[in-house]
Amino acid sequence: MPGKRRRALHLCEMGSFPCARPPPAGDGGGGAGYSRVVYCNDPGCPEATQLDYPGNAISTTRYTVANFIPKSLFEQFRRVANVFFLIVGIVSFSPLAPYRAVSVLLPLIVVVGATMIKEAFEDWRRKKQDIEVNNRKVQVYDGTRAFYQTEWKKLRVGDIVKVEKDEFFPADLLFLSSSFDDGICYVETMNLDGETNLKRKQCLEVTTTLHNECSFHKFKALIRCEDPNEKLYSFIGTMQYQGAQYPLAPQQILLRDSKLRNTQHIYGVVIFTGHDTKVMQNAMDPPSKRSNIERRMDKIVYVLFSGLVLIASTGSIFFGIKTKGEISDRNYRWYIRPDKSSIYFDPSRVALAAFFHFLTSLMLYGCLIPISLYISIEIVKVLQSTFINQDREMYCEETDKPACARTSNLNEELGQVNTILSDKTGTLTCNSMEFVKCSIGGVGYGSGLSEAEEAVRRGSQYESSELKDPPISSEGYNCAAVTRKSVKGFNFKDDRLMNRQWIKEPQSDVIQKFFRILAICHTAIPLVNNSSGDISYEAESPDEAAFVTAARELGFQFYERTQTSISLHEFDPNIGRKVDRTYKLLNILEFSSTRKRMSVIVKTEEDQLLLFCKGADSVIFERLAKNGQEFEAKTKCHINYYSEAGLRTLAIAYRKLSVEEYKKWHEEFLLAKSSVNADRDAIVDETAEKIERDLILVGATAVEDRLQKGVPECINKLAQAGIKIWILTGDKLETAINIGYACQVLRKCMKQIVITLDTPDIDALKKGENNAIEKALHESVAKQIRDAHSQVSVLKGSSGLFALIIDGNSLAFALSRSLENLFLDLAVDCAFVICCRTSPKQKALVTRLVKRSTRKTTLAIGDGANDVGMLQEADIGVGISGVEGMQAVMSSDFAIAQFRFLERLLLVHGHWCYRRIAAMICYFFYKNITFGFILFWFEAHAFFSGQPAYNDWYISFYNVAFTSLPVIALGVFDKDVPSRICLKFPSLHQDGVHNIFFSWPRILGWMLNGVCSSVIIYYFTTSAILQQPFNKDGHGAGTDILGAAMYTCVVWTVNCQLALCLGYFTWIHHVFIWGSIFFWYIFLIIYGSFPPTISTTAYRVFLEACAPSPLYWLSTLFVVISALLPYFLYSTFQRTFFPKYYNIIQSVRLENH
Amino acid sequence: MKAPIYIYYELDNYYQNHRRFVKSRNDKQLLYGLKYKDTSSCKPEESSNGLPIVPCGLIAWSLFNDSYAFVRDRGEMNVNRKNIAWKSDREHKFGKHVYPFNFQNGTLIGGGKLDPSIPLSDQEDLIVWMRTAALPTFRKLYGIIEEDIDADEIITVHLVNNYNTYSFGGKKKIVLTTSNWLGGKNGFLGMAYIAIGTSFVLISVLFALIHVKYPRPRGDPTYLSWNRKSNAS
Repeated sequence: MPGKRRRALHLCEMGSFPCARPPPAGDGGGGAGYSRVVYCNDPGCPEATQLDYPGNAISTTRYTVANFIPKSLFEQFRRVANVFFLIVGIVSFSPLAPYRAVSVLLPLIVVVGATMIKEAFEDWRRKKQDIEVNNRKVQVYDGTRAFYQTEWKKLRVGDIVKVEKDEFFPADLLFLSSSFDDGICYVETMNLDGETNLKRKQCLEVTTTLHNECSFHKFKALIRCEDPNEKLYSFIGTMQYQGAQYPLAPQQILLRDSKLRNTQHIYGVVIFTGHDTKVMQNAMDPPSKRSNIERRMDKIVYVLFSGLVLIASTGSIFFGIKTKGEISDRNYRWYIRPDKSSIYFDPSRVALAAFFHFLTSLMLYGCLIPISLYISIEIVKVLQSTFINQDREMYCEETDKPACARTSNLNEELGQVNTILSDKTGTLTCNSMEFVKCSIGGVGYGSGLSEAEEAVRRGSQYESSELKDPPISSEGYNCAAVTRKSVKGFNFKDDRLMNRQWIKEPQSDVIQKFFRILAICHTAIPLVNNSSGDISYEAESPDEAAFVTAARELGFQFYERTQTSISLHEFDPNIGRKVDRTYKLLNILEFSSTRKRMSVIVKTEEDQLLLFCKGADSVIFERLAKNGQEFEAKTKCHINYYSEAGLRTLAIAYRKLSVEEYKKWHEEFLLAKSSVNADRDAIVDETAEKIERDLILVGATAVEDRLQKGVPECINKLAQAGIKIWILTGDKLETAINIGYACQVLRKCMKQIVITLDTPDIDALKKGENNAIEKALHESVAKQIRDAHSQVSVLKGSSGLFALIIDGNSLAFALSRSLENLFLDLAVDCAFVICCRTSPKQKALVTRLVKRSTRKTTLAIGDGANDVGMLQEADIGVGISGVEGMQAVMSSDFAIAQFRFLERLLLVHGHWCYRRIAAMICYFFYKNITFGFILFWFEAHAFFSGQPAYNDWYISFYNVAFTSLPVIALGVFDKDVPSRICLKFPSLHQDGVHNIFFSWPRILGWMLNGVCSSVIIYYFTTSAILQQPFNKDGHGAGTDILGAAMYTCVVWTVNCQLALCLGYFTWIHHVFIWGSIFFWYIFLIIYGSFPPTISTTAYRVFLEACAPSPLYWLSTLFVVISALLPYFLYSTFQRTFFPKYYNIIQSVRLENH
Repeated sequence: MKAPIYIYYELDNYYQNHRRFVKSRNDKQLLYGLKYKDTSSCKPEESSNGLPIVPCGLIAWSLFNDSYAFVRDRGEMNVNRKNIAWKSDREHKFGKHVYPFNFQNGTLIGGGKLDPSIPLSDQEDLIVWMRTAALPTFRKLYGIIEEDIDADEIITVHLVNNYNTYSFGGKKKIVLTTSNWLGGKNGFLGMAYIAIGTSFVLISVLFALIHVKYPRPRGDPTYLSWNRKSNAS
């Protein structure tokens, strides 16, 4: 089943799921956090109704019909630009307004309306989904004899429901019984965590008999359990049934939105309904992230605001001075009747008039603030995301997964990434484990080479340790001879073991034990293919699947699991043929990230009690019996060798139990399991600890996690692009270093700096007092960092690259406040940093430190639940939607199927999006400044009286009609170089890191360009068409004609300016740019044909006055060319004499075309 | 000069584009006359003696009222004062049945008076005046002389200086000009075209010179920064 996703609980990695629990709350049941009481099968009883738990209807909408208008309006007016326009709109109803109120409000209404419609549409889709879900049908027990159908929303806590095969569970249920006699069922939790493998659920034994409608008649039980929470993988509670207390575990809980599979039907009691269910409790908005550019854009908007206030107050001061002058004899402008002036122009109350004028000016120059900027950017980003989602180059065929931009507001940030923090397992590697080597009874088996080994062998002068002398003696095998079909998860070649040759080995009994443990000590489920009889396995982690598969291949075929037994087809060396053996399964002590081991206790057919245990080497070695250490030294050697070769290792051990000991322990264990309080898990762990001791070591396994396709090449490209790469992994130091070699993060020419606390002298230190140890360790790390630092600063620049390798323990100290900065300085100087043995929390901490201290954009990439913190902390989180569950993807901003797509995501899409957004914003400010300053120049020649140069409607249509679409085309389609070139010249990425397209000089340059254009347009147009007769009939040009002509020049100039700075033309660009200009003429004709009372100065101005006049057309041509000249000159000059990277690359491309 | 010869009056330092001035008119009243009552936008010239003014507003009130007579040896020249306004203004903005009413009857007389027996659509000097100028120095068409004027011919202009520009220090000028397909004589546009064209030539020469002196092959990858860096190290 290639491409099938599975979840992995890494045996070697640290805490996948939150283990922290609230402090214990009192005794057994109840208390804060554990107060829920469910009256099974009696939801209508007075006690139950008193509890008043919410119904099962859910609502995921953000708005309701009633609050949509106020709430969405409130959201809209949290943007400062919108508030400004609202105030302007309100004030424009007063006589202060330079133009009609409706023309001010219209653009605001369009912009706010468009955004609100978008919101409403999205919410409506959610609503539709809710309605569909709430009205799904489910069968509920009516309390007497029968089940009847009802809608999901009508379910109550305590109802008994029947769920059929392939149906979704309507609420969180307690599993009572299933169509299977042994009370198991299989569920698929795709909607919860994206895992498609089937999970086995197991009901309590006491309830398995509740099989038919009648049996529920008398069923009454009381469940006490935890309050609603978001932890999908934990549940604590008890059920009081027939006078006895039964503990409840996650095994008995069926979560809403998961699906019943491979089971005819199940019965269950509703415990959590509606928004109390775990899946709903999990639905939380991810922390919202904003891109650098957007933050800077806000600043620019403030700059523009201050610019606006500045020119408005300048105007007001001049207006005040001029108006004051009116009263004097020499300047008495009788034609505006200063003697009968209104308050707004009163020369005797100049200060007040100037103040009112200031308000007028704010309205007049309101077009400096680009009202449509935000919505344009939103539209552009959504479209950009579509491109990312639909990029075929980022589509993974094997898993049928395209890239997915889950948030659209970080697109441009991709082009500015400076540091990548990467998880290892599942991100750089496939996380499909292959069993390659093992050490049994102190003898190493398995001849294949791991990728890391090959990489090391290939070209490095990496010091080979003595251990590297092959522990495998070469005479024992010849692997080339055997050709067999490849088995997924199995890459083991050793003829000493295969094809039943193991029985000839000296320690065949140990080997038998070893593979038996592998075949029994797990939680996998066998899936028997009915037609071929083949058995495949569904396991919680790929490691386990690899073990079971390996056992199968070597003759220990696990074929059946019931609740109480595990059955194998075993090769019995004594009889010489296969026999079926069934082991009675007594207990499973499950794996958890704190325990780092799992055990099973079984009873063999010979009534022997055995505990099989597999786990991390450190954990197992601690727990060995005196007589179990026979192979310890050699196994340790092998384990070290394996992990150096980049393999994941587990130690395998067993223990014989006496009946008395087991009985005593079992009682204790049951008691621990049935306690209901916060630290139950801790108590259970503690109890388990008591039996998992005095183990006898058998051997160790090594599985390889192969590198994903294209990882070394991708990392190489990213390094060429100047991106720093940090690998944060839970692996051992040696494994991490080897993976570093395998993916070419580390190269032989690099100087490695290793900071670790895993040295003998440190070990010696550990025997002292706690505080003293802390201090000593801290000192040690500090010293190592300081040494490294001085080493780096001495050699910096001369011999190039350093790589820093630090382990988790040291990292904890290095991240402490006093060493933080020193550590970071060191890390920044190194080209690569590998942090090994890190916990999820440390990953997030490192990410935060890097982000905060370098002030550069960080990108975190990971695939597992343990990367969630890191993904959320980084500026950009990229989830791998690969083998592990969906948790990483759910909390990421972008999801890609494989690591190698990161190259394209950053270097191509990132580069383009960054360039586009930056160019778009700069251009936006340019066009509004051009427009706004022309108004100012005109006002300066109109007595600073606040008279606009244009007709009202020209002004309001500027942003929404004549200049909106081309700039969107720029933001969506523009590219400086095609993707091929982006990938060929990765250094282009540095443009984004140094932010050269959105640096303050560039922004101010564009603004200056805007001012220049406005000056040119204003003075050239007025000089060209005023004074002289405008046409052959001798008519002169008034404000109306000047306004139309000047506006024509503005529309042409800003659109041609856009065409000039575009790097890439499609027909869409042509349609939008030339269409916008053409639309201006159309608009002028249509608007001009309205009656003069509506169109006022625009009445027939185009058809009658402008169009027939050659002067109009000639001056348009001339003004547009001159207005574009400064930019054209500058860009040609810069491109020719001071080219930027992309200019050079553009010409490289031209030359080599 | 060949007919038609256009006569313009030019005012300077006269802010016809002052907001108070521009707004002080009522388009609906101009079209519908007394039938349209809401003339608040015309303040402070919306009514006098309790009666509404047609046409109301400061623009109309300040109508330019100097008059010119052009006399040559053969006698006074015929100045045509028809067709001096835009056709659309005459036909669609000023009512054919709207007659001046209560105009210039206030205590303070602004500019020219209007003949109450002629409808507004025929009062072309008013129409021209009410199409406000864009800048404080402006010319407006006064009339058209429809006979040729010979070179060196002396023409005497009799002008009646009614209009007060002294109070704000403005100047008045009379301009006579002919027109061609491009409108009037337009020195600026010609000069500007030549200037921009010349500057293009100069800049291209300059670029060429720089390029000859410091040649740099286009698209040379050795100029790329990472190559530079690796050369250095």
